[in-house]
Amino acid sequence: MAKPLAGTYFWQGNEASAEGAIVAGCRFFAGYPITPASEILEHMAFRLPQNGGIVVQMEDEMAALGAVIGASWTGAKAMTATSGPGFSLMQELLGYAFMTETPCVVVDVQRAGPSTGQATKCGQGDVMQARWGIHGDHASIVLSPNSVQEMFELTIQAFNLAETYRTPVVLLADEIVAHMRERMTVPSLEQTTIAERKKPNSTEKQFFGLKQVAPMPSVGEGFNVAVTGSTHDEQGYRFTADPLVHRRLVRGLVEKIRSNTDRIVDFESYKTDDCDVGIVCFGCTSRAVYEAVELAEDKDVKVGFLRLKTIWPFPEKNVNSMAQTAHVVIVPEMNLGEILYEVDRAVQGAAKVVPLNKIGGGEMITPEELLAEIVGSVKAS
Amino acid sequence: MTETFTIRKYLRDLTLPFCAGCGCVTVMNCFLRAVHELGHNDLRKFVFCSGIGCSAWIPSPYFEADSIHTTHGRSIPVALGVKLMRPDLNVVVFGGDGDLAGIGLSHLVHAARRNVDIMVVMVNNMIYGMTGGQVAPTTPLGVRTTTTPYGSFDPPLDTVRLVATAGASYAARWTTMHFGQLKEAMKAAVTTSGFSFIEAVSPCPPAFGKKIGLKDAAGMLRLFKENSLSLEQADKMTKEELENKIVVGEYVRRKRPTFTERICETLKEAEKTAEEN
Ligand SMILES: Cc1ncc(C[n+]2csc(CCOP(=O)(O)OP(=O)(O)O)c2C)c(N)n1
Ligand code: SF4
Repeated sequence: MAKPLAGTYFWQGNEASAEGAIVAGCRFFAGYPITPASEILEHMAFRLPQNGGIVVQMEDEMAALGAVIGASWTGAKAMTATSGPGFSLMQELLGYAFMTETPCVVVDVQRAGPSTGQATKCGQGDVMQARWGIHGDHASIVLSPNSVQEMFELTIQAFNLAETYRTPVVLLADEIVAHMRERMTVPSLEQTTIAERKKPNSTEKQFFGLKQVAPMPSVGEGFNVAVTGSTHDEQGYRFTADPLVHRRLVRGLVEKIRSNTDRIVDFESYKTDDCDVGIVCFGCTSRAVYEAVELAEDKDVKVGFLRLKTIWPFPEKNVNSMAQTAHVVIVPEMNLGEILYEVDRAVQGAAKVVPLNKIGGGEMITPEELLAEIVGSVKAS
Repeated sequence: MTETFTIRKYLRDLTLPFCAGCGCVTVMNCFLRAVHELGHNDLRKFVFCSGIGCSAWIPSPYFEADSIHTTHGRSIPVALGVKLMRPDLNVVVFGGDGDLAGIGLSHLVHAARRNVDIMVVMVNNMIYGMTGGQVAPTTPLGVRTTTTPYGSFDPPLDTVRLVATAGASYAARWTTMHFGQLKEAMKAAVTTSGFSFIEAVSPCPPAFGKKIGLKDAAGMLRLFKENSLSLEQADKMTKEELENKIVVGEYVRRKRPTFTERICETLKEAEKTAEEN
């Protein structure tokens, strides 16, 4: 046994994610080196074999996610990790995993893009890519950790959601959260929830496109399962032109996730029902929000915030209800405005939505910059 | 010995999608006969992976077996993932020359280098069939395809030689004219430990035959016959003489440590460090 023992650790975010994967029961990891995600591959290469799992560095990111998908069809929990350029290369297979209902976890440690951008510096510019990078209609589950503790916890949660809903799940981290070290605790295994995929009984024949999440056979179990990324019926048979089969499958796959939004969505909230200024934040940027709120309260400004742990599905209702009391909703992001538009859509004119954006050099939005925005918006309203 | 051969016992009750005269049917037949002669009465011990293209449809979903029909070019990585977690299963990849030697070429070379214990069958029709006849990395020089209307200007890739050089345990090329040899090669490939690769040069009458002025499969098969040479014959010929020839035979058959064997070694090492900690 080489799972991490319950206790307190001083870990790096990427290390914590790898250890979380081991606790979640990950048995296969394939990756390709890229800053700032490489430590996950390196740590897994050392640690997963100690737990009887296999790690391979593949020839590129498409091969990495491809191998993960193959492993998942043998019944193994499987994961890969990358950053922007590699995440772009993975999109086709991410869509394949969605279409074939293949559970797997993809960690995207965001850095400053586009293209090679600033490879070692933090950014939060992949928010919309994580939602819409796949071509065609789809739904996405994307989680956003803001601490080393959550790199660990949300990696486990990503596996749980992937297995429960039979879908790829993206852990959308960022360079700052992935590279910082802080104190964190590993709970005992008894206190950790671990989900497993639903398996078919021996007479079952329908393995795809069911709203209640179809049971998933593994290869080599005698089910003769036909897996395809082409439009298929419940048995996996291809229908390349039938409009009804396509509608039924794709609507079903989207509904499977959409209808469970309330179960999937997770966030941290603070005084959202009694604030003049609301903030919607995620990832490393939320660390500045905590301090800015204290500074604002010292100045007697009533501030509340909603910190997204699930970016997608987006907690529309909760953002809207915060906007019923707040006059202004500030959206700080290390990009030029992405989740901003989703917030704006959810607020529906109930409050003024104000962006606060900063990019370049990995410089975070500071508590002081946020405070200035908060105080300024109170004066203006 | 096993019961008599009927292709039906390995197939689902579905209509095959291939054009009249398509070599994919011959390749399918050859493979299933090989499997039959090796004593498998069903495909329970096999998993099939394929990419996108007509050839990629050979197993999926027509084989009564587990099949994973992946994206264009990515069948080999998916097969690798399956094999690593289920080394007891025979993992077989089918695909076209565009799929395996074009968009997916790097996976093919790396799988050969690593000697991953999977079998890959590349149906080489020298063209992109499914998409209607565009030039492929295997198209002979000078052929007028839909994307080389003035004649193709790239020399074709010798995929078998590349795979053999990269480190495969087994690599062979035959045409669908050589039914017996192709079937024997399939048997050798299924039973090889390590990476095995078969290129089956195959007729695609509508998308390739037409381009070179041949209307049906019979004409194409005649052409294969006239232009095929053994490796021994080819050895005595110059590069110029070999242009547009199909050099058939076994390019390599050797014992090399396989990918899974090597990984198992490192797993033992890791378990030791886990105990020491
Ligand atoms: C990423 C991607 N690019 C392009 C295509 C379009 N496409 C489908 S099949 C194919 C070529 C197939 O040729 P080959 O692999 O030789 O198989 P064949 O149909 O000749 O058997 C292409 C380019 C695709 N499906 N995916
Ligand atoms: S287009 Fe060519 S490869 Fe495709 S089915 Fe027809 S003959 Fe076969």
